[in-house]
Amino acid sequence: MSDLRELYQEVILEHSKHPRNYRALQTANHKAEGYNPLCGDHYTVYLDLQDGSIRDISFEGTGCAISKASASMMTQSLKGKSADEAEALFGKFHGLVTGKAGSGDDLGKLAVFGGVSEFPLRVKCATLAWHALRAALNGQQEAVSTE
Amino acid sequence: MSTVIKTPRSNVVAESHGFDVGRVRRDFPVLDQQVHGKPLVYLDNAATTQKPLAVIEAIENYYRRDNSNIHRGVHTLSERATADYEKVRVAAQRFLNAADSKEIIFVRGTTEAINLVAQTYGRKHVGQGDEVLITAMEHHSNIVPWQMLCQEKGATLRVAPINDRGELILEEFEKLLGPKTKIAAVSHLSNALGTINPIREITRMAHAHNVPVLVDGAQAAPRMAVDVRELDCDFYAISGHKMYGPTGIGVLYGKAELLEAMPPYQGGGDMIASVTFEKTIYNRLPYKFEAGTPNIADTIGLGAAIGYLEQLGLDQIERHEHDLLSYATREVSKIPGVEIVGTAQEKSGVLSFTMGQIHPHDIGTILDQEGIAVRTGHHCAQPVMQRFGIPATARASFGLYNTREEVDALVAGIHRVIEVLG
Repeated sequence: MSDLRELYQEVILEHSKHPRNYRALQTANHKAEGYNPLCGDHYTVYLDLQDGSIRDISFEGTGCAISKASASMMTQSLKGKSADEAEALFGKFHGLVTGKAGSGDDLGKLAVFGGVSEFPLRVKCATLAWHALRAALNGQQEAVSTE
Repeated sequence: MSTVIKTPRSNVVAESHGFDVGRVRRDFPVLDQQVHGKPLVYLDNAATTQKPLAVIEAIENYYRRDNSNIHRGVHTLSERATADYEKVRVAAQRFLNAADSKEIIFVRGTTEAINLVAQTYGRKHVGQGDEVLITAMEHHSNIVPWQMLCQEKGATLRVAPINDRGELILEEFEKLLGPKTKIAAVSHLSNALGTINPIREITRMAHAHNVPVLVDGAQAAPRMAVDVRELDCDFYAISGHKMYGPTGIGVLYGKAELLEAMPPYQGGGDMIASVTFEKTIYNRLPYKFEAGTPNIADTIGLGAAIGYLEQLGLDQIERHEHDLLSYATREVSKIPGVEIVGTAQEKSGVLSFTMGQIHPHDIGTILDQEGIAVRTGHHCAQPVMQRFGIPATARASFGLYNTREEVDALVAGIHRVIEVLG
């Protein structure tokens, strides 16, 4: 039971119900889709990338509480970051949710996703928007799939 | 000296006056376990069913005593394996009430059975401008093989619509039948909605246009007595693992005259009568469609599953599951915010539902913490989800060993979902 509360922390539930930066971005010059064919989760991540840094970021789409909250909090933590910083943060985040990193102290608010590591089947949910982000940064046009 | 006579637990049968689910459960060792500290409540039977001891032991015994290749050796083990393998063909014939055992083709499962028909009958008879007719409630395995065929041949896939309850609109189905229609493919029981299709009426309509009908029976076979002659279907496909048998084995039933006229599916050993570099003469039915060494052990396991179902009685199983589904439908409907997807008049085995903004994937995780196994997602039926304008559902699907107490556990689990996520 404590595992479940660890997974569905209040912050996560709140973001899943009221996602931030949840819209199409008019000024976007990069965008990519993330799709999990197993559960149907589907997001589009929009980026306004200027001189290698993320001036603005948004997303839209549908999916579970974990994937939506993760997308919402990702957009919050990446605004103003450089593409390299975003990549590095994804690396740390991935380590956190797969249980391969430490406490996530250096992840700020994103540390609330630490509970995901106890639910291996949900790692794909937590990282879906991040994979789409990486595709958008790399200028990929095709939807990225978790499979 | 005394002799202890062991009664195999797998020989438990339903009592004549009723279905003893408590005794039935003891035939399934997997059910006796805890998940996250709670008793396992297995409600994912439409994905795959658990296996009774009779099946597990049949496979084990085969490998312990009889393992040998079939249809070729003159030695004793090969004779035994061949006899046991062919006995299952007769059992499957009886199970489906086919006219002849040569109408029973062993395949890997329903998916392979449909691909076989699409690639043999389909490629021979479907041409440029022709049509293949399916319904809007099909599993991907009864969509994609036809799509591939249509793409190759320049034919068109037509889709008969369903109504808001998830029932096939028969008049629309009939309207879509015409001179261009070369084959129709429909599920007997929808895996995503639980709808039972009126196959007899469908075959009557199709045959009036000289259109043969393939029936996807994967979900129906474990839930109701199937009589292919009464249904008058031309092909019927089933999967062993959905009817308490092993994975990797299934049956394609086909009317003999159709199978005789079809080209083989795969080439290789066993499907030939004679081979020279100039010419190969194909074997007779059913071997023409069984190239290579087949899945002998799992075929024998399937035979044990058929025996088990026949011992319990499909009518008894159907009644038991009908009772469970009615009870579950009533109890789950009472929970505020839960919407049942698929409310056909004729329905069995499957309870698909959504919970407003709560995503099915989250429902599945929380139920799992309560020991309850359900399927969440699109159930390999994305067009069905699109029809109802939803990305996914949570699906509880029942089997012969489920109980009303387990339905109560599901209801409590759904309340828990609301508590955590509501």
